Amino acid sequence: MTNTILDINNLVVSIGKKPKGVNIIDGISIQVRERETLCLVGESGSGKSVTSLTTMGLLPKGTLVPTGGSVKLVGEELLTATDRRLRQLRATKMAMIFQEPMTALNPVVPVGRQIDEVLRAHTDLDGKARKKRILDMMEQVHLPQVERIFASYPHRLSGGQRQRIMIAMALVLEPKLLIADEPTTALDVTTQKQILTLIRELQRDHGTAVLFITHDMGVVAEIADRVAVMRQGRLVETGPLDTVLRNPTMEYTRNLLASVPSLVPRAPREDSREPVVLEANELSKVYKERAFFGKGREVVAADKVTLTLRKGRTLGIVGESGSGKSTVARCIVRLIDPTSGGVRLAGREIADISRRLLQPHRQKIQIVFQDPYRSLNPRVTVGDSIAEGPINYGVSQADAMKRARELLELVGLPADAVSRYPHQFSGGQRQRIAIARALALDPDVLVADEAVSALDVSVQAQVLELLDEIQNRLGIAILFITHDLRVAAQICDEVVVMQHGRVVEQGPAAEVLTHPKQAYTKALLDAAPGRGWDFANFRPVAEGVGATV
Amino acid sequence: MLGYLIRRVLAAVPVMGVVALFVFLLLRLTPGDPAAILAGDNATPERLERIRASLGLNEPLIVQFITWVNKLLHGDLGTSLISNLPVMKMIGQRVEPSISIALSTIILAVIVAVPLGVIAAWKHGTWIDRFVMGLSVLGFSVPVFVVGYLLIQVFAIELRWVPVQGFRSIFNGFGPFFERIILPTCALSFIYIALIARMTRAAMLDVLGEDYVRTARAKGINEVAVMMRHALRNAAVPVITVIGTGFALLISGVVVTESVFNIPGIGRLTVDAVLARDYPVIQAMILLTSLIYVVVNLLIDVAYTLLDPRIRY
Repeated sequence: MTNTILDINNLVVSIGKKPKGVNIIDGISIQVRERETLCLVGESGSGKSVTSLTTMGLLPKGTLVPTGGSVKLVGEELLTATDRRLRQLRATKMAMIFQEPMTALNPVVPVGRQIDEVLRAHTDLDGKARKKRILDMMEQVHLPQVERIFASYPHRLSGGQRQRIMIAMALVLEPKLLIADEPTTALDVTTQKQILTLIRELQRDHGTAVLFITHDMGVVAEIADRVAVMRQGRLVETGPLDTVLRNPTMEYTRNLLASVPSLVPRAPREDSREPVVLEANELSKVYKERAFFGKGREVVAADKVTLTLRKGRTLGIVGESGSGKSTVARCIVRLIDPTSGGVRLAGREIADISRRLLQPHRQKIQIVFQDPYRSLNPRVTVGDSIAEGPINYGVSQADAMKRARELLELVGLPADAVSRYPHQFSGGQRQRIAIARALALDPDVLVADEAVSALDVSVQAQVLELLDEIQNRLGIAILFITHDLRVAAQICDEVVVMQHGRVVEQGPAAEVLTHPKQAYTKALLDAAPGRGWDFANFRPVAEGVGATV
Repeated sequence: MLGYLIRRVLAAVPVMGVVALFVFLLLRLTPGDPAAILAGDNATPERLERIRASLGLNEPLIVQFITWVNKLLHGDLGTSLISNLPVMKMIGQRVEPSISIALSTIILAVIVAVPLGVIAAWKHGTWIDRFVMGLSVLGFSVPVFVVGYLLIQVFAIELRWVPVQGFRSIFNGFGPFFERIILPTCALSFIYIALIARMTRAAMLDVLGEDYVRTARAKGINEVAVMMRHALRNAAVPVITVIGTGFALLISGVVVTESVFNIPGIGRLTVDAVLARDYPVIQAMILLTSLIYVVVNLLIDVAYTLLDPRIRY
């Protein structure tokens, strides 16, 4: 018989204290038992983070208020608990780790002291005993050279190490409940895999109940015992992992699963005989840090990268953060100047020509960035944003506006959106606008730099579909930069795998992503969460292969 | 750290060199005969010749510059044209009141303003916040002489708690020094309290939205520790910048306060020198002010590295 650690019953959270406020959380009930991991899954705005912050008592005061139901931690009601009591419970009975390890630690305090703070606030241990306990905990989360890291400031540590510090801080007092709010979303896949394993391991050793919040079905498949699916503040469906992935009862869950791109590459298209539109030849970018006195430092961000892209094809550059994939993209578009090597765009060498001479060639290559919330000027109407490029190249205002309307319809938005501002659109719609803006110049090459990474899976699927459709219709070539192998498998004809600025492996997507030759590519594929599941077909990959053979 | 300090001090040398060159040329490049400018309208030819000789104006420009810098380095800033006293001595007499007031003002301002800013940010959006911000608007908008005369009227004339005007050196006893410096300090600190409180509040509001503040709260530590240990230290960099520049401004720019309270500081010395076209004094003041700015900026940068381990040079 296992005990219920967290019991959320019919919880309602509203905006403001007014009785008629909008409900952000609308009557959800979930339980997490000892030694169990419950995955709370949902897209952005589903209320999963609000649920966890309500439990911790960390909701922003006055703006979000729990107005109904109950949250019980080992039988103790939290919603009516005093601030003082909540402070006592935090870190001792319930602890939380957050999404962004890069910003979750105080940058001006050594990490050891940040963990020490927990012990000083909640125990009477003397300095020596506290330090022993902290070092012991740091070893449990597999940090190397614990004495050195104890005295280090956060910026000296990698993202994975920082998240380990966060976990050590959360678990040092052996709380009953650990809330993990997207703890691996900001990490690279290989690091993500290690952190997920670590959480599993610590949970086994300490018997902790884990409430794990994520939007990533792959991660769910890796770590969950049970799954609760949320949507717009309501609970859609809950059940054991296998049941939810195999037999989702609700339409929403089915759609959510069906939107997860498969790791199995799509059927390869025929080899193209179309002309090459973009070529990078031994492209390198070296950043030199100049020092006033003493020696400067050199960082090789891209090292002799060679790639070719034909008309109507999609080339993916995949790699983890710091692999140099974005640097390559930016060099090709000449947003930054390459240190050496060449870029041929539609047969013309553009790597070393001056910015003025480059100007007529700019329209042939356009870029879509990762974050649709920041890549559109908030004070310029959508129409003006789209029309600005053509107008720069001499198209009349009226013609450019007419074209903007057509483009908006092409990307699936109403033509009258031209007069509206970016904030009136959702993330997915903004990314469509960004695509329309890029297309306005009739480019030969579209560079998509993590263009779907910030989007929810269902929206991501739509935008990928849109890119595919545009390519079929306009014959445009796409250079697609992504860290997500699933996305790469679904959209790319060829892929280039990068690590530390170098190309590790390149070739047809269907080949590289199913039979990788290089150890690094294998490791990347191996670390992809949920690689054993074929979500869209509601079955493990192994069963699918068995069925079709 | 020591290496960094030495590098920074060395880097300040060319800055001061450029300033010195500018100050030197100020007089030489003014249209007309510098000696005539210095001597004034009713000078006799003999006096002109004497000035020329004393300034070495008959030498080539580069020789003049080297001689001038050489004198500078030996602490010889020339002689005032009005009082005929060495400029160095004149400034020496005036520096203590100015530095005393600048220091006491900035200390008072920090002691009052930083807690106000922190509390305003902590109670963001409540009446406390609005009250503090209201005070700061008042501090910005009331001119310093109005505050000064009000304080004199109430505390010196009506209540007779402190003397009306003047300055006593701290070396002649703390009591008389404190009595005379308290009113100008209060008057002058008004606007700095407003400025620093606003800056602190804004910086704190930024920091309070950071993830690590949420982490700190999730640890279950009390709000005072969250505010002081986690938020304020991270908010300190912009606040220190304002305090530093405020201090530099204070030393050279407190003419009005010095006039209201009849304090013989360098602000008034500068104004008097400008009005009387006392070039040697003007030159010395420009040099001194630049030096203060260079030193204060150096101190600010050193403070950055102490406050934020990520800042390394």
